[in-house]
Amino acid sequence: MTRPLLEARDVRVSFEIRHPSDLPWTPPALLHAVNGISFRLERGQTLGIVGESGCGKSTLARALIRMLPATGSVIWEDGTDLFTLSPRQMLRYRAEMQVIFQDPLASLDPRMTVGEIIAEPLRTHRPRMGATERREKVRAVMERVGLLPNQINRYPHEFSGGQCQRIGIARALVVEPKLLICDEPVSALDVSIQAQVIGLLEELRRDLGLTILFIAHDLSVVKHLSDEVMVLYLGRMMEKAPSSALFSDPRHPYTQALLSAVPIPDPQIERTKRVIALDGELPSPMHPPSGCVFRTRCPRATGLCASPPPEECTSDARHHTLCHFPGPAAELIG
Amino acid sequence: MVIDSQKMQSLAAATAREDIAGRSLWADARRRFLRNKAALFGLLLLVFVVFFALFGNSLARWSNDEIDFAVMGQAAELGGPSLETGHYFGTDDLGRDLFARTVQGTQISLAVGIIGSAIAVVVGTLWGATAGYFGGRIDNLMMRTVDILLAIPYMFVLILLLVMYGRSITMLFAGVGLISWLEMSRIVRGQTLSLKNRDYIEAARAIGVPARTIIRRHILPNLIGVVTVFATLLVPNMILTESFISFLGLGVQEPMTSLGALISEGSGTIAYGTLWQLAFPLLFFVTTLFGFFFVGDGLRDALDPKDR
Ligand SMILES: Nc1ncnc2c1ncn2[C@@H]1O[C@H](COP(=O)(O)OP(=O)(O)OP(=O)(O)O)[C@@H](O)[C@H]1O
Ligand SMILES: [Mg+2]
Repeated sequence: MTRPLLEARDVRVSFEIRHPSDLPWTPPALLHAVNGISFRLERGQTLGIVGESGCGKSTLARALIRMLPATGSVIWEDGTDLFTLSPRQMLRYRAEMQVIFQDPLASLDPRMTVGEIIAEPLRTHRPRMGATERREKVRAVMERVGLLPNQINRYPHEFSGGQCQRIGIARALVVEPKLLICDEPVSALDVSIQAQVIGLLEELRRDLGLTILFIAHDLSVVKHLSDEVMVLYLGRMMEKAPSSALFSDPRHPYTQALLSAVPIPDPQIERTKRVIALDGELPSPMHPPSGCVFRTRCPRATGLCASPPPEECTSDARHHTLCHFPGPAAELIG
Repeated sequence: MVIDSQKMQSLAAATAREDIAGRSLWADARRRFLRNKAALFGLLLLVFVVFFALFGNSLARWSNDEIDFAVMGQAAELGGPSLETGHYFGTDDLGRDLFARTVQGTQISLAVGIIGSAIAVVVGTLWGATAGYFGGRIDNLMMRTVDILLAIPYMFVLILLLVMYGRSITMLFAGVGLISWLEMSRIVRGQTLSLKNRDYIEAARAIGVPARTIIRRHILPNLIGVVTVFATLLVPNMILTESFISFLGLGVQEPMTSLGALISEGSGTIAYGTLWQLAFPLLFFVTTLFGFFFVGDGLRDALDPKDR
């Protein structure tokens, strides 16, 4: 059996939160932003990660690329645990995994031209490459992502949001990475532009054989792109399944609530479907509920839910649900 | 209306060939600065003062330490500004030409201001950017050092130094430079802290760009705006500091002089009716200060990111 490109095992990130009024020797409170996330990312596959704002999606992504201290392990396809590498050793792997950010304009240095921005990964990872060759490569990748190469001397503020995101994509692709981590790459864009950018990502994935970790807070965005989808809530996994299974047969009440909020293009269904409103506020990540963290807002919760939920697994072991009462949505939607 | 797609394509192909020049944030700022009347006026004043300092001596008929024995001791009667005697600005009561002395004083004052400000830019920027970018322990250590140095009454120390080691221009430069970077490093640190959390710095870190290169390539260029404005406004402050010290009689040594020393002298002799001894140095002093303040203000408006 071949190894997956990347396998995350029990990744945890916690932040120390200090109150300004705390005395220096008071132990800081811990915020568990990512709490025991595991997944396998096969080569060429796309994993979608979905969850409300603040559920730890970005934190997970930043932990995977070692921008934050984290525990657990992340095994690269050559068997290396990325979490044990020194920063120097890690550099080689950084070229293999590139990130696309949520805010397209903010992630580009305003004082640099587009050419300089896109060339930065090349200057870092291919220091011996000559300036002419580098410029040729930048032009080629600009063309590839749908930018006119003659815009190479322009500055980020002269571009629209969608074009800025294309610049971000070009910067990520110029070193030919294996893994692309997209942290809500379209959340800041207009709907029509969203479709274009997602179309571009789809095309690039097909042509370049990219493996993608695609983060979104909206299920409709990941639907087309993902082979597999993982739903997070308060830093924990709720459900993980192949895309088709998750959309046709969601088993976790949280997934079902998220799905019911997604607009359906068919007006017939759209009119009859019932939106499952979640009651209550999102609990503070500092003080998550005991047992199943979703139980304070779950329509199915009983006293049993105060104990940690068991993991339900389908026969082919690809559909995981962490819930005491997993089940089809039918009984809810009625 | 039907758009001829063939034509559009050839147009697109034609425009695609030439590289388009970008309009950088600097170009934008320059345009805004040049539209600012007060700033341009300030720039004009500065250009005038700098030309005066650099080339004034070639107009002077007397050198700054020559004594005109014809007016010596009778400055109030014979030493007034006049074209005939060659004393355009008059003389002091020793009979020394005030024009040459004002030129020389302006040189010293500008030099003190610019050198003090330059030291602040180099040391303060590096210090503040390093502290701000690395944060934590390093930041604490570096900024507490600055706090401690700021807590020392520097004027007192500077005066002590000048008294102990004698009045010399090197001492003056060293003293002014020693204190000028402290405030700068604080401002730069604050700005770095806010820059550090920008997405593009995070992007550079994710790419794997080393910390030193991030500071050089991303932090420093984005600091230039703040640093330029602060440095421009620091120059007149340095000039004021030097003038104050000269006013106390501890500045540069005769026959060298500075605007502050000349003003001090002029205000001491005003009772004898030699108004020009105060007026001319004061005029150049005020012109210089106004020039720097106007230009600094203009730069701040031009570089202000809020307008973008
Ligand atoms: N540097 C930090 N220090 C302290 N807490 C943090 C830090 N970064 C994130 N958090 C907390 O961790 C939790 C997860 O944040 P994260 O940014 O990963 O959420 P997200 O799912 O990406 O949300 P969004 O959809 O808004 O981007 C939040 O509660 C946030 O307040
Ligand atoms: Mg996020």
